[in-house]
Amino acid sequence: MDRPLKETVYSPDSELLSFGRLLRSMLSDLLNSRELAWRLMVRNISAQYRQSLLGYAWAFLPPLFTTAIWVFLQSQKVFTVADTGMPYPVFVLTGTVLWQTFVEALNAPLQMVNESKAMLSKINFPREALILTGIGQVLFSFTIRVFILIPVYWWFEVPFQAGVLLALIGVLALIALGITIGLLLTPLGMLYQDIGRGLGFGTQALFFLTPIVYPVPQASWAETLVTLNPVTPLLQATRDWLVLGQTGHLDGFFWVCVLTLIFLFAGWILYRIAMPHLISRMSA
Amino acid sequence: MSDDVLVKVDGVSKKFCRSLKRSLWYGVKDVGSELFGREGGHGELRKNEFWAVDDVSFELRRGECLGLIGPNGAGKSTLLKMLNGLMKPDIGTIRMRGRTGALIELGAGFNPILTARENIYVNGSVLGFTKQEIDRTFNEIVDFAEIGDFLDTPVQNFSSGMKVRLGFAIAAQMEPDVLLIDEVLAVGDAAFRSKCINSISKITNHSSVILVSHSMPAVARVCNRSICLKDGVNAFEGQTPQAILKYLDFLTVDSSLSSPDGLLKDCKLRISNKDKENWSQEITMKSGEGVDIELSFSLDTTVNDFCINIGISDGDMNPAIQIYSLRSHPAFMNNRANGSEKKISATIDNLPLKSGRFHINVYIAEVRSDYTIGRVFGSLLSAAVINVVDHYPGFAPVQLVAVWRD
Repeated sequence: MDRPLKETVYSPDSELLSFGRLLRSMLSDLLNSRELAWRLMVRNISAQYRQSLLGYAWAFLPPLFTTAIWVFLQSQKVFTVADTGMPYPVFVLTGTVLWQTFVEALNAPLQMVNESKAMLSKINFPREALILTGIGQVLFSFTIRVFILIPVYWWFEVPFQAGVLLALIGVLALIALGITIGLLLTPLGMLYQDIGRGLGFGTQALFFLTPIVYPVPQASWAETLVTLNPVTPLLQATRDWLVLGQTGHLDGFFWVCVLTLIFLFAGWILYRIAMPHLISRMSA
Repeated sequence: MSDDVLVKVDGVSKKFCRSLKRSLWYGVKDVGSELFGREGGHGELRKNEFWAVDDVSFELRRGECLGLIGPNGAGKSTLLKMLNGLMKPDIGTIRMRGRTGALIELGAGFNPILTARENIYVNGSVLGFTKQEIDRTFNEIVDFAEIGDFLDTPVQNFSSGMKVRLGFAIAAQMEPDVLLIDEVLAVGDAAFRSKCINSISKITNHSSVILVSHSMPAVARVCNRSICLKDGVNAFEGQTPQAILKYLDFLTVDSSLSSPDGLLKDCKLRISNKDKENWSQEITMKSGEGVDIELSFSLDTTVNDFCINIGISDGDMNPAIQIYSLRSHPAFMNNRANGSEKKISATIDNLPLKSGRFHINVYIAEVRSDYTIGRVFGSLLSAAVINVVDHYPGFAPVQLVAVWRD
């Protein structure tokens, strides 16, 4: 053998002790997992819609339906909302689509890992692939949803503006935040089902603490809670960019993005170094 | 580490927990100590824990194939998963050189709804192939798996044998430096199994292979060295035939009498080396020597004529030799009057068995008036054990002698 062979060492020592090596292998695994992630994504998406009559419609039916209900309730004066700065249906539909994208990203890591348990405990493939697959799937269903935004915007005469490009960054930030929280919860969620259940319940509660169907309430406890919610600035700014072309929530947006990046990195490391321990517990 | 040593396992141990609740909690703690940069292993057992793999060491060079055998729960698969980097050892270190391939579960990653063609690409990239590599070997995979007509059929309509064939065909395209194989040959028909074994032998030429299997013929055929694990401990390491003997020693089979209609009762078998009168339930003999056997039992008074069929099976309970009494003796007659104990003895002059442990099974069956064999009245499985000693490392159960001319 003329080529030098790469030596891999498995020992009980924590991988954090050789941090440089950890970083290098994280990066190379991320690069090596692109093709696999692509395949898995194509596999999941085509399998998902092959066994369904409505097919891709499932990506946009739920937000359309939710929006219809809220618009109906509001038109019947069941509740009143303060000025939203844009037509109410546009406000709700945009909010719901963005929210749905965040929730999908939040659930993606745990869902991907749980679906792939058999593969994880039998094949040593770059674990990053699962997360990339999850991100890809979230982006895919977001893209489908954009196609229902377009006719609605046209109907309500929302002008097309350059801010739409900024909205793209906003969407990526929302996905990053969802993935980050999901990643941090994944190790515990693989061991205990409580996390998965809590996640479903928690996102329902968070829906009402995020300005999706009504703007941030004024001067009350609710205002504090809604403002502390990290999703709030991302969602508000992105919606503003999409509809108005500019936003007044730049500060919040910026700081949440910085924190997201830091925690995303931490979550990635946690996910990686926890995996062998979780696999030991799964197949023991 | 010398140049062609590809696998070096040094004092590796792994513990598991018997209680699920505790196991999950220990999992949380282990992740925690990993986060705080723990150095070295966790040497002590916590409550409800046991060593699944206990202080195992070995080395493997290029061109060697190591068999990993042992009874169920001996720690074979756990060891393999640590070698593959799926789990971390609790103590000890593992050094692997070069690219590692693993056939641990064939077709993990198959999606049942997708077609075979699509799954070849998915499974291939799970195993680390690029699209170009799969394109290049696509036809070989399809040929090897023998699924030509079903290429565009969803995998959920495949039989389990077809799935395994496809899984093996994809995985066999790997050109690893180290190949780990875990009991994947159990499914599939004999023709495909032998094809798999041939392709493993071919891979062994330029790689190190570790094979976990319960199929001793397969281990004997491809492994030049074997380790027998028992309760996580390396119980024997060395030549494959000796390791297999050790493994078969661990398989204790209790003798069991069965008689569906209760027609056969109190069946006992004693054996002795021929003419030695050392009657016992277990004897040791050299290959090719003879044995005396003595059978005592009672049959129901309704039973008329009967014959005896003696089966000798190897440690894995595969039949090796059969001896029908009717071949050399007319039907036996039952003591119909009182149904008292019947004693029958026989001498087998020559048992040319390979070395190892053999079980003697006794069947007592009806002989009809037209001298055909009717229903079985009852059987006594593993009635006695013969330990055969032989100089030659055979893998076929019966070893004959020929007359040679030069």
